[in-house]
Amino acid sequence: MPEPGYISLLVNGRRIAVAQGSMVSAAMLNAGAAQRVSVSGEARSALCGMGICFECRAVVDGVPHSRTCQLPCREGMAVETHP
Amino acid sequence: MSMRHAEVLVVGAGPAGISAATAAAQCGKRVFVLDDNATPGGQIWRGGLSGAPQPSAKLRAISAFQASGATLLPARRVVNATQPKTLQTLVENADGARTESFTFEKLILATGARERFLPFPGWTLPGVFGAGGLQALVQGGFDVRGKRIVVAGSGPLLLAVAAHLRTSGAKISCVVEQSPLRRIIPFAASLWSHPAKLLQGAGYRAALAGTPYRTGCWPVSASGNGCLDSVRLTDGTRTWNEPCDLLACGFHLVPNTELAALLDCAMKDGFVSVDSQQRTSVNNIFCVGEPTGIAGVDAAQTQGAIAGLSAAEATEQASRLRRLAGRHEDFAQRLAAAFQLRNELRSLAAPSTIVCRCEDVTFAQLQPRTSWTDAKLQTRCGMGPCQGRSCGPAVETLFGWQVSSVRPPIFPVPVSALVSMPPDPPTIDPQETL
Repeated sequence: MPEPGYISLLVNGRRIAVAQGSMVSAAMLNAGAAQRVSVSGEARSALCGMGICFECRAVVDGVPHSRTCQLPCREGMAVETHP
Repeated sequence: MSMRHAEVLVVGAGPAGISAATAAAQCGKRVFVLDDNATPGGQIWRGGLSGAPQPSAKLRAISAFQASGATLLPARRVVNATQPKTLQTLVENADGARTESFTFEKLILATGARERFLPFPGWTLPGVFGAGGLQALVQGGFDVRGKRIVVAGSGPLLLAVAAHLRTSGAKISCVVEQSPLRRIIPFAASLWSHPAKLLQGAGYRAALAGTPYRTGCWPVSASGNGCLDSVRLTDGTRTWNEPCDLLACGFHLVPNTELAALLDCAMKDGFVSVDSQQRTSVNNIFCVGEPTGIAGVDAAQTQGAIAGLSAAEATEQASRLRRLAGRHEDFAQRLAAAFQLRNELRSLAAPSTIVCRCEDVTFAQLQPRTSWTDAKLQTRCGMGPCQGRSCGPAVETLFGWQVSSVRPPIFPVPVSALVSMPPDPPTIDPQETL
């Protein structure tokens, strides 16, 4: 179990701990994981941070196209770079 | 699907929307506020995890809002206006996506602004963020302690972002403002007539002691092997490499006018036209804050209060606030003049530079196109999930195209949520739906 005030989640299969209240986008950035792969195959990460640009889309608990910058982390979540 | 009714419905819980909702609720109206974030405050008053002290203006506004009886309905994104006086929202959470409808007597649009992004080689590399974008991500828990960051672009937001990043433990290599000093000095001097803004500036200066603020400089490219490692900067005569871990880059702000456009509100020069009571051209619809002109938080709050009072038919009280609003309009004009974009920014993109990040459309693909519609049809520019919110302002700047067409839904709606939509839904282009 993570320390008090922290929650743990899986980012591309790797377990990481983030402060409670963190957004999924932040957890992925802290883990050094890209949020998605673009239509021409480039790795991309969040740009606008506010739900406008859709660059932060990832697969969250199996749900594709989840906008991670407006989605708070939850204990045990599994997040993956959007293929 | 649920249906709820508000006497006054407010879209956006930033300073303008909160102020509008508070004023209308204080007059006894039943008020709902819709916002796509989890908490109120909008972008400028976005809270963070750090527990850092919140600005007193925010605390005052939120506590007045909470006492007013207005109801905040967070994590809702307005996607459509299905019938007259009805808005449809999308709620997405761990349990999936669903839609709701809200009917209203008066509607106040407080949809705020977003950053303007301009393409340059390397701007799609991981490690390159919007300026406000990086600040928001850090507030969401992105750890930037010890990271070397270049803050670049244009507008007063750059200083606020740099100060925040530094407080969060980052090393700010420099703040790079494209506007020349001769344009910024008259603006800075004019702040003497707005003491509150000057104090804010002084706070940034203290937080940024020792950080170079280079005016008349701009980024020409970002590079790195899969991830950013340096930014090439220029002042027009000299060009140099600045090694860094992250680049925070945004070119001032553009208004979020998509919902106003969908509702047929008249526009002028890209902003929603309003009268002295903040009324749009459409009966019973008001608009406040940045969509009516980029003028900052003080203007947003004043305009919000005017609209809230007007919507509640307290026109006399609303008129008393007009003089204050006039001063803010003046400020908006000075702001626009001080941070006007230089021509060199229009030629930063190389032929292979991606302009539309959703569909990976390059500058070379767009060059032969004649208009926004032509570009959409021939290249899919602006046809991805952001629906041109990022590349639209960029192509306006690069090619002078008027980016106009707004079609419902104004944000992508997952197929699972469409099932809960009302009968006789509007035509939805499946290619614009995730």
